[in-house]
Amino acid sequence: MVDDVLAAKARRIRSDILKMLYLCQSGHPGGSLSLVEILMALYYKTLKVDPADPAKEDRDRVVLSKGHGCPALYAILADQGFFPREDLWRLRQIDSHLQGHPDMMKTPGIDVNTGSLGQGASVAVGLALAAKHKKMGYRIFAVVGDGEIQEGMIWEAAMAAAHYKLDNYVMLMDHNGLQIDGRNEAVMGLGDISAKFRAFGFQCYDVDGHDIEAIAAAIEAPSEGKPKFIRCRTLKGKGVSFMEDVAGWHGKPMNAEEYKKAMAEIGGSDDV
Amino acid sequence: MSEAKSLRVAYGEALVELGAINANVVVLDADLAHATMTSMFEAKYPDRFYNFGLAEANMMCAAAGFAHSGLMPFASTFALFGTGRAYEQIRNSIAYVNANVKFGLSHSGLSVGEDGGSHQSVEDIALMRVVPNMTIFVPCDPVETKKAVFAAAEINGPVYIRVARPVVETLTEESTPFVPGKANLMREGDHVCIVATGLMVKDALKASELLMARGIKASVLNVHTIKPIDAQAILERAGACGALVSVEEHSVIGGLGSAVAEVLAGNSAARFARMGIQDRFGISGKPADLFEHFDLTAAHIISRCEGLLKA
Ligand SMILES: Cc1ncc(C[n+]2csc(CCOP(=O)(O)OP(=O)(O)O)c2C)c(N)n1
Ligand SMILES: [Mg+2]
Repeated sequence: MVDDVLAAKARRIRSDILKMLYLCQSGHPGGSLSLVEILMALYYKTLKVDPADPAKEDRDRVVLSKGHGCPALYAILADQGFFPREDLWRLRQIDSHLQGHPDMMKTPGIDVNTGSLGQGASVAVGLALAAKHKKMGYRIFAVVGDGEIQEGMIWEAAMAAAHYKLDNYVMLMDHNGLQIDGRNEAVMGLGDISAKFRAFGFQCYDVDGHDIEAIAAAIEAPSEGKPKFIRCRTLKGKGVSFMEDVAGWHGKPMNAEEYKKAMAEIGGSDDV
Repeated sequence: MSEAKSLRVAYGEALVELGAINANVVVLDADLAHATMTSMFEAKYPDRFYNFGLAEANMMCAAAGFAHSGLMPFASTFALFGTGRAYEQIRNSIAYVNANVKFGLSHSGLSVGEDGGSHQSVEDIALMRVVPNMTIFVPCDPVETKKAVFAAAEINGPVYIRVARPVVETLTEESTPFVPGKANLMREGDHVCIVATGLMVKDALKASELLMARGIKASVLNVHTIKPIDAQAILERAGACGALVSVEEHSVIGGLGSAVAEVLAGNSAARFARMGIQDRFGISGKPADLFEHFDLTAAHIISRCEGLLKA
């Protein structure tokens, strides 16, 4: 069943992303728009976090390892009350706490710095090990890109997560099929990604990455004492017809006309 | 003066030209071909282009493999991920054995701007400078960028070419010599010498011009090769002016400023100040705002020169 409230929220988060990126004339529209429902499944259906106490020790942790998708995360954090929505319009400006890539030293609600791809998944392994070490029950969610998993570090993280039986570790992959230089399979093919994670010792699930309920269900599905890998099938640039499945919209600013058109499609206001 | 151009476009064009006369040139990238502009080479010579995906460490060692087989690889990604993530691969598989690998690494320094501190390499020159066998070029304009690519091809061993992202007006002439290890004196003046590299050369020239109106004759030494450093030219300027100011879009630790200090130590009593990033990380912002924020504009160079002369 489609939840109308969440569907409306998804639209507003997308329009916030577009406005943020239009105002700063830089940043990454494609991979922010593909990520919206994955992060919504976490923040609106799964996580134990408290915007009034973002550093609470027993909170669940999110590591947006594909850090360039942070406009989606910032829009959601603002909606949840971690900081005022007005802050979004200062993204990437010199006096803003919202950096081009997530910064735990500046932004409430950010658990780990990312931006250099591959590293977040490994920091998440450390967080998950530390939770076990402290005998605490919180969970760690690492969100990675499908280009990002070409980094050798991702597979070092996978090896360690399986070795230490980190059933509190969930990796969600935004499988939009594209990276900067084109389709993943053309740039550096990884073949059957889920089969690879299964071989590493993960419990694997495969879902429609724009279906919040399906993602949330996979997150709660049994992991049999293993770390979990959820392949979320998505569309890069989701919601804006001229951006959808186009590699060129990975990191391109919109001009005024494109912004108007994109906002009209999402159903947002193009006031700035 | 020819047109303004992004240094990465100049880099891409130079690779295409070099590829036409040297069949051994192969180009490697790590999912940034459309940012480093090696995509221009890929379009022209698809059978000599290899994309490694997001796998910088693998790309650098693979470059060593190409070099060991008689080819001349140019490996490109962002400066931070090349010199940083793949540092030890460069150190052991490439420099240690003097492998003939060139790295044209783009998006260096503060001028990446909005992407922020995670992407602004303020330490890449330092990292490469401490590696034996390494040559380091930091071109100041599109013309020098092209010359750096061709000069790199003449050197047998690893060469790092630092390629900044912004569009830069042309400051040098086609006929200006580009001799590795030989700095170019771009302005004469015997009160103070501004020793500059890369993007800061433009501001150094502007500062020199404005200082002239204030009665201070400032020479400008363009150090396009950080390693080997031109000790002779630096000591000559130290003797002629008695005061030097180094300026770089990089940490004052380990880059141009350190290289100049190493030359002066024990050899010169000249007064010396280092301008650059003062042992801090970068932040997000428009490049122009960042240069202002980190005290790296022509106005800042002027006050530093004046301050040094008064001291
Ligand atoms: C270590 C590292 N290498 C290169 C980059 C530059 N970069 C930023 S995004 C990107 C492509 C990422 O593709 P993908 O993971 O598929 O992201 P998405 O499609 O979700 O935007 C690259 C190469 C980086 N940020 N970090
Ligand atoms: Mg992708």
